[in-house]
Formats: sequence, structure tokens, C-alpha cells
Amino acid sequence: MAERILMKGNEAIAEAAIRAGCRHYFGYPITPQTEIAAYMAKKMPKIGGVFLQAESEIASINMVYGAAAAGMRVMTSSSSPGVSLKAEGLSYIAGSDVPALVVNVQRGGPGLGGIQPSQSDYFQATKGGGHGDYRMIVLAPASVQEMASLTIKGFDLADKYCVTSMILADGTIGQMMEPITFEDTEPKVYDKPWALTGTEGKRKHNVVNSLYLKPDELEKKNFERYEKYAEIEKNEAMWEEYMMDDAEYCVVAFGIASRVAKNAVVAAREEGIKVGLIRPITLWPFPTAAFEAAQDKVKAFISVELNMGQMIEDIRLATGCKKPVSLCNRTGGMIPGPDEVLEAIRNAKKGAL
Amino acid sequence: MDSKRLTLFAGHYGSGKTNIAVNYALHLAEKGKKVCIADLDIVNPYFRTKDSERELKEAGIELVSPKYANSNVDLPALPAESYRLVQDKSVYGIMDIGGDDRGAYALGRFADFIKAEDDYRFVFVVNCFRPLTSTVDDAIEIMREIEKAAGLEFTCIVNNSNIGKETTTELFLTTLDFVQDLSEKTGLPIWMHTAERSVAEGLSGLTVLPMTLQKKYFDLPD
Repeated sequence: MAERILMKGNEAIAEAAIRAGCRHYFGYPITPQTEIAAYMAKKMPKIGGVFLQAESEIASINMVYGAAAAGMRVMTSSSSPGVSLKAEGLSYIAGSDVPALVVNVQRGGPGLGGIQPSQSDYFQATKGGGHGDYRMIVLAPASVQEMASLTIKGFDLADKYCVTSMILADGTIGQMMEPITFEDTEPKVYDKPWALTGTEGKRKHNVVNSLYLKPDELEKKNFERYEKYAEIEKNEAMWEEYMMDDAEYCVVAFGIASRVAKNAVVAAREEGIKVGLIRPITLWPFPTAAFEAAQDKVKAFISVELNMGQMIEDIRLATGCKKPVSLCNRTGGMIPGPDEVLEAIRNAKKGAL
Repeated sequence: MDSKRLTLFAGHYGSGKTNIAVNYALHLAEKGKKVCIADLDIVNPYFRTKDSERELKEAGIELVSPKYANSNVDLPALPAESYRLVQDKSVYGIMDIGGDDRGAYALGRFADFIKAEDDYRFVFVVNCFRPLTSTVDDAIEIMREIEKAAGLEFTCIVNNSNIGKETTTELFLTTLDFVQDLSEKTGLPIWMHTAERSVAEGLSGLTVLPMTLQKKYFDLPD
């Protein structure tokens, strides 16, 4: 087995990106994700890569756009307010169908908010953020090991479908340290015949662009893009189920909230409440199949989120509102304790009986 | 282990400085010393000395930390009371310094006082399971960067090699060669080894500070 090393979540993202063959990082510092940039600044010059601290988030996302158009594995990282600044670039990248990896280590909002962990950019990540009809693959790690594995997965998915993969983490997972292992695997390489690599006079030049002035052409492009998104929805949804076999109640949580929720599920089981957990790993595509399977089995869902209730809407959509969904949440940088989630499970039981 | 009046913990970020500083402060207090600990971390607004405020207070240890520590304000400023540690010679002072060279700049302003009194240990904390200090050469690179920023040369090494909850005594023993090599290449003595209490119990023949670590409620169920 490969060696165990002790890493912060943010460092794990950076190291994983390097191991995935990413040699281009453009970013602008912001708490609580700065370790990603710090790690890249230290490592990239030693391995012939590019680390560039841009003058702003807007500049850095457009550098990502440029390197992606040239067929490079490229990434940027930021935290909530910084990701808002990148929104225009995210839309252009989607409109040009080039692959990129974007990391959002979320902090409390809206506005300047705070620097403590949050999941309040769920809507921004899964429903758009930038303008126009587009989607990003959104991956939600719940451990330092997953910060690494989903970063590698994110690059592969981005290249496979020519979309942006977003790692939607939070300040806690970014900062916490856990032992992890990197498998000794070579990065996957995808053919990019569309990339701007220089024609050498041997082929017709490629164009990477998101401008379509004729509405019928733009419509056609959007239809095609949504066929691609349908493929992603069909093939790429990921989730974890925990103690769901005989569950009568289902807690739903992603990222750091799922770790608290797991402790609460164990505590509730000790009280004799049959409860399980669904942890979406992809937030888009949302793991609808897991909910279709659970909705006839369980009496109620409890959504545990570090926001005012955003994923809860997707749970209701996925279940066609067949069963009640309650919300157990903290926001602004607060994290619920297992006791609070346990109380929400008890309340769901009372309500459903 | 003997104690100097001032003990300054620095190292790569995530090397374990804060845990060691807090446990060492508790160790000194147990021996009846009057202890004051200062949180000089101007880099990382999370996981800091102030998290252990209650334990420190119960042990009668004075804590000097930036006014805005743990307050959601990311403001790298140090309180004037920090000077208390270098100037009040009736206390045993412990300084928990921020990670890497960027964190060590905070020490620069105290360096002259510290050198003039000359009753200090400047401790390089190292964990060889951290990716940027996993080779002796990489560890020395970070060591030199910190010394340059702090205006002070390290006087000893503390081996805090661990992989978190999965650390075993056997694993810890595999790190001794690394830290011995680091000691020989730098000419700095290994002052002590630090490990979580259950790991430390199995270590005989070494100078070890057994540590109590904070449990977080987002630890996964066993």
C-alpha cells in the first residue's frame, strides 16, 4: 500500500491536482482556501508548472479559460465571495465547452460574510452562478481523502465531458488534517482535438468561443450541450448510503454536515430509532435514484445543511414531495452539533407517528 | 526535561505547534511554574491556542491572544501584552508562532529582547508525515526560511511525527531515523518527542511529552 501522509484538506486538493497532471494554477488568495495557493506556489516551480497569483479573481478565471482552451489541465480555487467574482468566467467557460476545475472552499455569506465554514453556495454551484443555460459537475467531499480523490475525479470528468468540475468544500474540510493515501496511478489523458495548440500549417484552425449571434445557432448549441448534461445525469451521480437498509427516517447531508449527521444517526439508532443517511457526493447531478429508492421506504427526510435550506429543494424535487422533508440547519459559519441533528431526528419521528 | 524561561515553537504549518505549546504549558503548570502562553499566529485564523482557553485557565495559565482570535475577523495583529512574555522575567513564557516563514515574521519584533536575555529555546517542530517536510532537505529548507523571517536561529528540534488518529507506537518509532538525520545535518539536538498519550505510553528510552488532543464533533463514528 502507498504511504499514509498527514494533510490539510486544502493541501490534499493541491497535491491531487498535481498528481492529476495539472501544471497550471491561477488564483487569488482568500481565507479559508489559501493553503491551496501556498502549496502550488511551493511545488509548481519545482516541477516545471505554472503558479500565478493574478491581480484578481476575474483575471484568474480568465487565465483558466485561456489555458483550458489550449488543452491544458488547469484549475483555480477561491472561497465564496471570490467565486462570485469568477461567475462571468464560469459562464464563458461553459459556453465554450472547455474543461476546467474550480474549487470553492465555502465561507459564510452573503456579502463579505465571515471566514467560518458554510454550505451556502449550494444554489450558486448547482443552479448556475453565472448567466445562461449551463451546468457544472459539483463534487462535495466529506473527508481529506475525498478532497484528493474527487479532485482527480473532477479533472477526469471535466476532460471527458468538456465541462467545469467544481469541488464544493467548506472551511472545515479545507483546514482539518487527516491521514490520506495517494494511489500510484498515472493521470488519465484525454484527446482534445478542439484545443488551440497551433496548426503548424497542417490543419484548419480551431476556434474556442462562446459568441453565437444567430439565435437558431445558439439554440442548437444549447440543445447539444443539454444532451451532454443528460448523459452526465445518467452516468455520473454519486452518493453514499449509511444504515439505509431498514431505515424509516432518512437524514440527508453532504460534506462536513454529513460527518455530524453520521454521529447523530449512530446516537439515534442507540435510542431505537431506525434512521439512515444519504450523502450526495455529486450535488449536480443530484443523486435522484437514491431518493427514488428511499421515498417509498422512509416516513420522512431530514435535510442537514450549513445554510438556510438550499439542498432541501432538490430533495423535494427528487422525491416529488411524496414524503415530508424537514430542515436542520445552522448558518453564518456555525456547525450544528450531533445533539441538534439528533433532536431533529426525534422531532421527525414525532411528526410522522 | 529541563525548562528555559522562554520556549518558542515554530515550524511548518500543520506541524503541531499549537498542540505542543498547549500541552507543554500544562506540563510546566503541573510542575508548579507560573506560565504565560502567547498565541502569535498571524497566519491561520483556525485551530489556535485560544481553542484551549478553558483548559489553560483551569490550570492557572495566562493566555495572551490577538483580540480578534476566533472572532471571525481575519486580522493579523498582535496585542501589546505579547511583550509581557519577554519583559516579565517572573513567568515562564511560551510562544506559539504561526506556520512557515510568513508566520515567523511575528517573532522578529521580539528577537532582540530574546537574544539579550539569552534564556530561551527556539524549537523547530517537525512532522515527517507532512508532505512539505517529508524529506530532511525539505525540512531544512523550511527551517532556514523561518530563521530568516524570525531573525533567530533554532536551538533544538521536537519530533512530532504523526498521522493523526491512526498513529501507532510502531509507526512513531519508524520516524526516529528521520529526526536523527535532521539533527545531525543541522547540528541541533532533539529536545524531545511528542505524541498523543496512548502512543507515548509505548515509547521507552526517549524523552517524550505525552499530549492530550482535542476531540472534534465532526470526527467520524468509530
